This record gives sequence, structure tokens and C-alpha cells, in this order.
Amino acid sequence: MPSRQDDERTSLLQGTLDLLILRTLVLGSQHGQGIARLIQQQSEDVFLVDHGSLYLALQRLEEKGWVNAKWGISENNRRARFYALTAKGRGRLTDKTSQWRKISRAMTRILGPEESEA
Amino acid sequence: MAWYLRWRNVFRDDALSTELDAELAYHLAETADRLIEAGMPEAAALIAARRQLGNYTIQKERARDMNVATWLDQLRADAVYGIRQLKQSPGFTAVAVLSLALGIGANAAIFQLVNAIRLKLLPVKDPEQLVVVDWNKDSARAGSWSTRSANFTYTQWDVLQAQQKAFSDMIAWSASQFDLTSGGEPRFAQGLYVSGSFFPALGVGAELGRTLGASDDNATCNAGAVISDAFWHREFGGDPRALGRRLMLNGYPVPVIGVTPPSFFGVEVGHRYDVAIPLCADRLMAEDHKGRIPGRADWWLSIMARLKPGWTVKSASAYLSAISPTVMRMTLPEDYKPGLAKKYLADKLNAKEADNGVSDIREGSENALNLLLSITGLVLLIACANLANLLLARATVREPEIAVRLAIGASRWRVVRQLLAESLILAVSGAVLGVFVAYALTRGLIALLETPDSPTFLSLSWDWRVLAFTAGLAIGTCLLFGLVPALRSTVLSPAAAMRASGRTATAGRERFGLRRALVTGQVALSLLLLVGALLFVRSFHKLLTTDAGFSREDVVVVQIDFSKASYPETQRLTVYRNLIERLAAMPGVISAAQVGFAPVSGSGWDNSIGPENTPAAGSNKQAWFNRAGPGYFKTMGIGLLAGREFTDHDRAASAKVAIVNEEFARKYFHGINPVGHTFHLEMGAGKPEPLFQIVGLVRNTKYYDLKEEFRPIGFFPVAQDEHPGPGMNVVLRIAGSPGSIIRGAKTAIAGVSSSISMQIRMFSEQLSDSMRGERAMAILSGAFGALAACLATLGLYGVMSYMVARRRKEIGIRMALGADRRRVVQLVLKEAVLLLAIGLAAGVALSLWTAQLAQKLLFGVQPRDALSLGGAVALLSAIAMLAGYIPARRAAAGDPMSAVRIE
Amino acid sequence: MPKSPNDKLQGTLTLLVLKTLNTRGPLHGYGLCEHIRSVSDELLQVEEGSLYPALHRMEQDHWISSKWEITNKGRQAKFYSITAKGKKQLAEENESWARLTRGVMRVLTYS
Repeated sequence: MPSRQDDERTSLLQGTLDLLILRTLVLGSQHGQGIARLIQQQSEDVFLVDHGSLYLALQRLEEKGWVNAKWGISENNRRARFYALTAKGRGRLTDKTSQWRKISRAMTRILGPEESEA
Repeated sequence: MAWYLRWRNVFRDDALSTELDAELAYHLAETADRLIEAGMPEAAALIAARRQLGNYTIQKERARDMNVATWLDQLRADAVYGIRQLKQSPGFTAVAVLSLALGIGANAAIFQLVNAIRLKLLPVKDPEQLVVVDWNKDSARAGSWSTRSANFTYTQWDVLQAQQKAFSDMIAWSASQFDLTSGGEPRFAQGLYVSGSFFPALGVGAELGRTLGASDDNATCNAGAVISDAFWHREFGGDPRALGRRLMLNGYPVPVIGVTPPSFFGVEVGHRYDVAIPLCADRLMAEDHKGRIPGRADWWLSIMARLKPGWTVKSASAYLSAISPTVMRMTLPEDYKPGLAKKYLADKLNAKEADNGVSDIREGSENALNLLLSITGLVLLIACANLANLLLARATVREPEIAVRLAIGASRWRVVRQLLAESLILAVSGAVLGVFVAYALTRGLIALLETPDSPTFLSLSWDWRVLAFTAGLAIGTCLLFGLVPALRSTVLSPAAAMRASGRTATAGRERFGLRRALVTGQVALSLLLLVGALLFVRSFHKLLTTDAGFSREDVVVVQIDFSKASYPETQRLTVYRNLIERLAAMPGVISAAQVGFAPVSGSGWDNSIGPENTPAAGSNKQAWFNRAGPGYFKTMGIGLLAGREFTDHDRAASAKVAIVNEEFARKYFHGINPVGHTFHLEMGAGKPEPLFQIVGLVRNTKYYDLKEEFRPIGFFPVAQDEHPGPGMNVVLRIAGSPGSIIRGAKTAIAGVSSSISMQIRMFSEQLSDSMRGERAMAILSGAFGALAACLATLGLYGVMSYMVARRRKEIGIRMALGADRRRVVQLVLKEAVLLLAIGLAAGVALSLWTAQLAQKLLFGVQPRDALSLGGAVALLSAIAMLAGYIPARRAAAGDPMSAVRIE
Repeated sequence: MPKSPNDKLQGTLTLLVLKTLNTRGPLHGYGLCEHIRSVSDELLQVEEGSLYPALHRMEQDHWISSKWEITNKGRQAKFYSITAKGKKQLAEENESWARLTRGVMRVLTYS
């Protein structure tokens, strides 16, 4: 097990990753690689998700019933599993988003205003 | 460093506990205060506060456990994580562990030899107190030396014992070989003559029976034999009833009185004794029943001593030097000429450390072992470079994962530690496997160096030194190949790393420069090793083919010992003739001749001479001698340049004659034809110098060693030997299968008398034995050179593949735009050639610079031999180009479109 | 007091502690809890069970230092202050957090 500090960070990232995945799927179903690419694009390269963590997260979300997966053909003619939001997932997305905003706000109060983007 | 604080906390447990208690107590108090301020009654407030705070103990535990447990936990986690990562790339792991095993194993094997030969202490009581008594350099002595490490005469042993007061004990011994049979084919046991003080002073007891004591080595000499544990098992199968059984030692029966424990092998490193009998027994076993004890010029003993408390090696040495004049005076041999006697009386003795015993193989092997250790060290370095390269490549692949971990706050040190854990697992696995490699390698090495005549025994058990060495190697290599990649892959700023995949970021560029540097380094080092290998191989080849002056093939050497047949001296010449006639008569034998001792057999006889009428004594003109029978030179294929061979007319009564070689003529007769000229031979004090007439001139031949320069050699007829010995050597020139001839010879000789023992060998085998050191070096350096080249090639291949992969898009585009295959391949190869060229240049420079180190071990080849250098460069280039070509071909052969399309 | 679901809080505890100590100067464990709770309008609540081990660990990492002092109420309390190394760590973690938030916000607001 990594150190306790890493532990906390990992759980932080896990929660965030779930959020990012759900958000990406709002715009339509995607396969794993596509999700990774979208996250990278939409975050403007802040996040580069390694496929290991991604698939683990997708598995977790699938187990919880927030996404479901179907086999399809990707744009380069390969078979891939496409993930889509379930209704439950959509609901969770809303919850998690508001939760995130709240916490972000709270953190900002303590940490001071964010530096403006470069 | 936070980690040691964690350990410290383990011991500070109580203090920590109390502090934490106090902290939580305060928190509790404040919380309760708050509740009280809000209106809760005090008691209830305390309860509520306590409940809110949770269980004290749990929190205390959590805080405290973080110390050791976290650390151990982390260690375990790192190990598990590392193993998992390695399991995911089995190919890489296998190659890595294998190359480490070979590298570490080879080093451990050589170090084991170094340890056994130089470092290990003797398995006796208090070895640090032992010293060996020796002569100062350039001491003047003359006489006959009859065994290895023969250093003292018996008279000197007596005198030293009586005169000295620096030592609490003194021991003397002499190595010998005892023939255990009574005739026919001899079977030898490694023997030791030992003083009565030998076993007691060394503190060696018997595991069966008893060892020799002072009462066994006296004038009456009821000789008993102490045997080693190994011999006991070999000869008697470990039977306790061996006690009392009689051993035949050179025909003399001696009862077994004891067996020493398995750990004791004697005091000479590199040899193991079988049978030990008291010094006094030399008299009993000698043919003249006097032996070497009375002779003041018979050198056959070695002496060691145990320091008295308070004495050091230095003080003992100075003491021995001080009493030397007395000792020399009391032991001066009677027949020394005045000049020699004066020098002898000025000789000085000294004492040297002997906690690791004495060894005749130590000096000879030092150079070779050091060189081998350097070679294996370089091979390991190359293997590490390979691993570093591989790890750097893997790190690139894992960049994103590492970057994210860094981004979410894992400390850099933490990630580096995790990566290092993987390296450590590899290193440790390699070391463990390396132990087995070392085991096999050491056994193989010893087998390579042994001969039937001189079995080498080394106590190769693993002691703390070898273990420490191997462990140190494991850790060292781990740091060497693991640290830099680990540091490198964590230095990048996460943002930069996230941009790096697929596109070239500056950080990526730098890292690749390191890999290129590593590969060029590997190429340079393997070139060095290949050059070394070629040098040794060529050296060995030269030795095999050098003109030794005599035929190497189709000659059989027969060593005959008829001492047990008890022929009187007067009859011996007849016996010689009889045996030679029988041997010459055998089918397949073209000619047979007697010789004093065969060339390159380790025996020799040197003497001073005086050309023409000059006296030999004090002439400083030295020559080496041998005895030869009629037809010797023809049999051995030694060219006769002038004059004649010895004939049957050269008898004891006729004029004294001699045959000399070219070097003799050149040195002492100014190169003219010496046939017809004469020379005097120096004899002992008081004896006249006989005059010899030279009747023949022969070509130069090697005397002791194939490697040596030709010496001045003179031959005397066997028939003119005033004291023919109870043994003879015969050389046979044969045609046909040696096997049947050897069998025939045994029968022929047995037919004369069954008490004659003989040893028959092909002369070529004997020569081959004398070259075993060179052969071993050639084989080993060749093997390591090949290994190094393979590793370097693997490294080059890896880097090339990576380069090709990186430029796939570029290559794909070029090919899509119409570039033909060949151009593309050339493009990729250009980089390979550049790397190779730089590496080779560096390697050549390195070779030229370090070449001198191998000088002493080479024969007939200069250390800066152009042929070896060129050959190595060509060989390495060829293999390396192949390594570069394959990925290049693959790149060019790939479908261009698939490369261009973004994955 | 019920705790709101704030699994995200745990990962940022170090950051919060360092920032608080940096802003407010030396504080004891209880003070830290209170500050965070009040400034965040009760949104963030530190669990004491995680706080003290975290403080202990941060002290071992030399990000904070501690001293026992008497409060104005006369009680003995262990006060923590941020170290120079801690300030560096704070800057790093702040940056990490800012990056993270930026990234998440971008994804959340992408349309």
C-alpha cells in the first residue's frame, strides 16, 4: 500500500476521474480511448489519463450501474467497447458536479483566490 | 531524512505516546469547553467531546504505527508493486536477470578464486600468529633442490630451532609424492614429510587415531603415517579399521596411525596432502639409507613458525636477520668454494606473514587473476549499461503514469524509491542466480587448470568475504543501472511530461542523449574486451605453433623407475641399454633414445662453464645441461648442424664429450662452429674442473618452458654419468596408433621385472599441460569477449529499435512520398554507423592505453598488435551493423500508412 | 454534528493545514479544525482521527515544527508552525490543486 498521503491523493484522483468520465459521456457514448482523448482535449492537456486507471474506473462505474457498455466498431474499423451514461449515472453526475463545486468553493475560501490562468 | 526519524520513533515510543496523549487531552478540553459554553452540563459535555474525538487509543495507534509500520509497509508495497511490474514484462525481466546473473556470477567466481588463493586464513589454530621463514632476495646458495618450495636444509632446521627465541613453535615440512604400488603402473599419493612439531603447533587434532608428535620424529624413527580425511575416504572408504593398516610408500611399508579432520589440507594453498610421515622417515625411504638429512647442500624443507606473545612479524624478521650470521656459519656446506662461501655467510633470513599459508601458485596467478577480475568487471559494467538503457526506455513508456502520480502530490523521492525497488529486485535475483553461475564457473576453471601431475586443490567454501562481495555487487549494480533512469524519469515537470508523448519535448531529447552515450560506452568497452580476447587467442596460437626446436608430435615419453628392483649402481648402464633395446624393438617405434629429462618437464640442471682454457668457477658464464643417449636428437627431431650425435663409443672410459646448441656457440664461442673446441665445467669446492670436448652442434631447443628465450644448452652422454640413477627417461619416435604402442611398452618393461614402474605419456600432452595457463586465458577471455560483444549488440539493437519506433511517422511519410526502401534503410543506418564509429574510436583509444597491462601474459604478440585490433574492430562492426540493419529493414518494410495515421 | 460527505477532503488535508498555518501563524490541532470549519462555512470538516496522524507525518517530513506552549486559558497545548520546507511544499501542493481544479473546471464547462 502506498503511504497514507498517497492513499488520500489516490482517492482524490479516483473521485475526480469518475466525475470527468461521467462528464465526458454526457456528450455521447465513447470507447475507452476516445474517453481518454476527450478528457485530454477538454482539460487542455492538464489530464493525461493512463489507460490502466481509466479502465479500472470504467469497470467501477459499470459495477455501480452508472455506465453501461456495448460492443461496437470504432472509426478505424476495430471492435471496441462503447460506454454510455445510464439514467442513474446522469443523476450521479449532477450530484458529483455540485459536490465538486461546493468543495472547490470551500477550498478557495481557505486557500485564497486562484491565480488567473496564464 | 524522514525515514530514520521513523525508526527513532520506535524507540521513543513512550515519549511519543505521552505527547500524543497530552495533545488529544487538550483537544478534548477545548471541545468540551465549547459545548459547555453552548449550555451543556460539564459531565455531558465531556462525554460528548470524547465521543466526537473517537477512541483515543485508535488514534494513538494510527499515529504511532505510521512510524515503523508505514516504512515496512512501504517497503513491502514497493516490493510487491515492483514484482508485479516485472511480471508484466517477462521478456525484459528474463534478459535482465540473465545478464546480471552472468555478470555477477563471473565476478563472484573470480573473486572466490582470489579469496581462496590469497585471502583466506589457514584452517588451523590462531593463524595470525604464523610466519614463514624465508631468505632475503639474492641470497647465494647452491646445491640440489628436490621439491617445490624447498628452502632449507635439515642442518639449518636443527640450528634454527636451537638458536632462536622469537618463536614458541617451529614447524618444517617437505612435499613429496609416494608411489603406493609395488611395481607396474605407479599410483601416487601427495605426501608430506613433517617435523614432530607440525600437527601440535598447528593445533590439528585427529578425527581418528592420533597425529604425529615430537616423539615420532627422532633417531629411532618408528615411522607412522597420518592421512587426510579425503585420502581416508578414497583409499579406505572411510573405514575405521584403516588404523594400523599398512601403506606402501615408495615400496616401504608404513602403518596408518591417524586421520586428520576434513577441513585441514596442509599449509600450502593450492595443494592438498594425502599422507604425512615424519622427517626422519626420509632416511628410511632413501635409496642410500641416508637421504637428505645429513647433506648440508640438500635443500628440501620449508619452515614456518608461531610468534611468541609480544613479538610481531617485523620484530621477528629483524631478529632472524640478526642471528643469520651465526646460523650461516654453523650450517656452511663443506664443499662451497671460498667465493660462494663468503656470499653464503652474508645471507640473511627474514620472516613474513603466513596467516593465509604459503602458496607457490599465488605469485604466478596474481597477474592473471587481476586481469580476469578486470575483465569480468567490465562485462558487468556493460550488462549494467544495457539494463540502464532498457530501464530508460521503459521509463519513457511509463511517463504519463509517473507524471500523474507526481501531479497529485506523491513526493519525488517516493516514486524514485519505487522505481529503485524494481531495480533492486532485478539485482538480487541476478545475484542469487549468479551464485549458481559462480559455482559452476569456479569448478570449470579449476578443471581447466589442473593436470594429472599437479592436481590443484583450493578450499572454495563460501565465507563472509565472498558473500559480502556478491551482495555488494548486487547493490552496486542496482544503483548503477537503476538510479539514473529513476531520477531522470522523475525530474520532468508534469506539464512537460504530459506534452511529451508522441511529440519531442526537450526532456525527452536529453534522455535519449544519455542512451546514446551508454551505447557508445558499451561498444567501446566490448571492443576492449574483444581486443583482449584476440590477443590471448593469438598468443595461445603462437605458443601452439612456435618452433620449439624439437618435434611436438609422434613422440612418446617413458618414465621408468626401477629403484624397487634394487639393481646396484654398477649394473645400471646395462639395465638402461636392455630396456632401450626392448622398447626400440617394438613395432611402430621408429627410434628410441634415453634422455636425462624430457624438455619442458620442469626439471633442469644449470652450471657454470669456462670456454677453452678458462676456468669455470667465477666465470659468470652459465649454461643449462641435460644427458642424452645415442640417437636422441634424431628421435626428437632436433636438427644436427655440425659434428655428430653420441654413439656407443662414448663410454665412461673414453674422452669426455659434449654436444652444444647454437645459443651456446653464439654466446661462448662467438658464433663459430664449436666442434673440436673445449670447455670446463664447474664442480664443488676442491674438485677439479673436467674438460669436455665438443663433438656436435645442434639447433636451439626450449628447455623449461615454451615461452622462454633459447638458452645455451649442453648435453653429456648418458654413458658417461658417473652415478647413474635408479630411473631413466626414454623418448620414442613412433608411427601409428599411440595406444597400442603404450600398451606394448608396458608389457615389454614388465617382462624385464615386475618391480619396475613406469609412466608413459604422449609428449604432446605434456607440452599441452605446460600451456594450460595460456589455454585457460584464451578460452576465458574469448568467452567473456564474446559475451561482451553480444551484450553491446543487444544494447545497440535496443537503441536502434527505439530510434526507429520514434521516427516511424517520419519514415512513413517519406515512404508515402515516394522514397524508396533503400534510402530509408540508409537513413536509419546512418545513426547506427555514427554511434558505432564513435564507440569504436573510443574503444581503440582505450585498448591502446591499457594494452601494457597484459604484456606479461602474452607470448609472441605485442600488446598493441595491429591484427588483433583490426580483427576486433571488424568483428564488432559486422555484428553491430547487423543489429542496426534488422530494425532498419523492419522500418522500411512496414506499411507507411499505418505509421502516419495517429494512433 | 453530522459530517457532510466530503471524501475529497482527505486528499487535501495537507494542503489545508499548511495554508492555514501559513496564513494564521502557529496553531494547535484544535485551532486548525476550527479555522477550516469556520472559514469554509462548515463545508469542510476535518476528522480529528485523520488530523493528528497527518500532523505527525507532516512534522516528520519537516514541513511543520511544533512547540508546547501555555494558552491564555492556562492549558498546555502543542502549537504547530510552518517551516521553510513546508512553505515550498505548500506552493507545490497549491499549484497541483490549482492545476487539478482548472482541469476539472474545463471539462465540466466544455460544451
